[in-house]
Amino acid sequence: MNIHAIRAIYAFEMARTRRTLLQSIVSPVLSTSLYFVVFGAAIGSRIPEIGGISYGAFIVPGLVMLSLLTQSISNASFGIYFPKFSGTIYELLSAPVSYVEVVVSYVGAAATKSIILGLIILATAGLFVPLQIVHPFWMLLFLVLTAVTFSLLGFIIGIWADNFEKLQLVPLLIITPLTFLGGSFYSIDMLPPFWQTVTLFNPVVYLISGFRWSFYGIADVSVGLSLAMTTAFLAVSLAVVAWIFKTGYRLKN
Amino acid sequence: MQTIISVSNLSKTYASGFQALKGINLDIRHGEIFALLGPNGAGKTTLISTICGIVNPTEGQILVGGHDIVRDYRAARSMIGLVPQELTTDAFETVWATVSFSRGLFGKPPNPDHIEKVLRDLSLWNKKDNKIITLSGGMKRRLLIAKALSHEPQILFLDEPTAGVDVNLRREMWELVRALRATGVTVILTTHYIEEAEEMADRVGVISKGEIMLVEDKAELMRKLGRKQLTLQLEHALAHIPAGLAAYHLDLSADGCELTYTYDSQGERASMVALLGDLDDAGIAFKDLHTTQSSLEDIFVSLVRDGQ
Repeated sequence: MNIHAIRAIYAFEMARTRRTLLQSIVSPVLSTSLYFVVFGAAIGSRIPEIGGISYGAFIVPGLVMLSLLTQSISNASFGIYFPKFSGTIYELLSAPVSYVEVVVSYVGAAATKSIILGLIILATAGLFVPLQIVHPFWMLLFLVLTAVTFSLLGFIIGIWADNFEKLQLVPLLIITPLTFLGGSFYSIDMLPPFWQTVTLFNPVVYLISGFRWSFYGIADVSVGLSLAMTTAFLAVSLAVVAWIFKTGYRLKN
Repeated sequence: MQTIISVSNLSKTYASGFQALKGINLDIRHGEIFALLGPNGAGKTTLISTICGIVNPTEGQILVGGHDIVRDYRAARSMIGLVPQELTTDAFETVWATVSFSRGLFGKPPNPDHIEKVLRDLSLWNKKDNKIITLSGGMKRRLLIAKALSHEPQILFLDEPTAGVDVNLRREMWELVRALRATGVTVILTTHYIEEAEEMADRVGVISKGEIMLVEDKAELMRKLGRKQLTLQLEHALAHIPAGLAAYHLDLSADGCELTYTYDSQGERASMVALLGDLDDAGIAFKDLHTTQSSLEDIFVSLVRDGQ
């Protein structure tokens, strides 16, 4: 195990985060605060409680997930795409590092960053609505699992993308709709039956549902299923990453 | 002489179907400076990239220090420092951070003293806290060398090290490469500045269209293929070359004042002595003479042209 390499890459990525602190932390916190003002305070006061939870509080887990997903993907995809774009990837490819070490360090750094961000957003949310976390351990587990899974997905996108447009395309066209339709702002049983069934094919539903359960003890789908699905996405992402490195796809000629 | 890199039967065909390397066999000796010469697109960079692990070989085997570059990539790659042709850097990093990063990436524990020494050797010490984006092109080139040397490699690849580098800096870089060799580092450089190979290399390999055309000691190559010319400034203009000297295939300048004799440098020196004697006998006096030797460039151009 090349521990020095893992440490070097991790530190490098975290230094990049510090350099771009404003866009990394401030802008997601600002946009989440806006959601709270609009949906929580302005509109939320006209919406009845859902499962005994005020609407403002109900959307907190969904909003944290929303940021967690988009940030995990953008951190990880940019982290690996940029060396490809600038050419500095030559050093990584010629270094005595294994694929596992590369993934651990890049994905680890991206996930760390989005977990920190998720916690900051949670703290911000606490300023607007009363928070309660029934199962803190499970909350952290879902937070970490989701951050890692979607950082892996971001890593895959970063390797697949060969221009900046593609880098934005997947988050914009796939992830954002999935997140909005994944129950960030509503409970699934508020949908007509047909759409409830369709929604069950949306992986994000399971993440948000499990995460919300850890806060309030209410869930759209069972927690076991949430956990199983989250782990399954993690496994699929890992398999794709393993295939990428095995074949050198988009990395090596 | 011990072999440090052994390339056998290496071929590379890109996904596009372009065959960049065709059955390359090449041994690099421990501690030498090896210059790989070739026109643009000959396969120099592909060969280097394959040895360094950036390009997957299609066929063949490469051993670095006895380690297979695929099976035993950690051991093989730890020995190598690579300075790429393009000036690719992380613009917003500092010099110190990026060089330290390279050392870690290659599995070495932090060693500020070594980083300091490398930066001082490359005259980058006073720039250590500057962001890379503020450096000049020459400094960036030296920075890439510093990154490659950060993990104390035994083999250094320099891909076109002096492209776009001014004369002073080029000389400095040559000094640096010699100093490295003195410490036992094996240096492989690609270049199309023949001057560079001539100045630095112990051995020269010529690659063209993905094939190694020859590998030779530089001195031996120059001796073998080098042509010499003897030019004589005559006391009195000649109208024509005397029939008795026809065997020498001399050239007479238009004004009749200069005679040129071309011969292989490995050819007998005796023939030159004989020519001078015959000139004396023919009553042709000269006031000055000089000889010139063909450069590696001439040799190279003729090799690549013959290969086409």
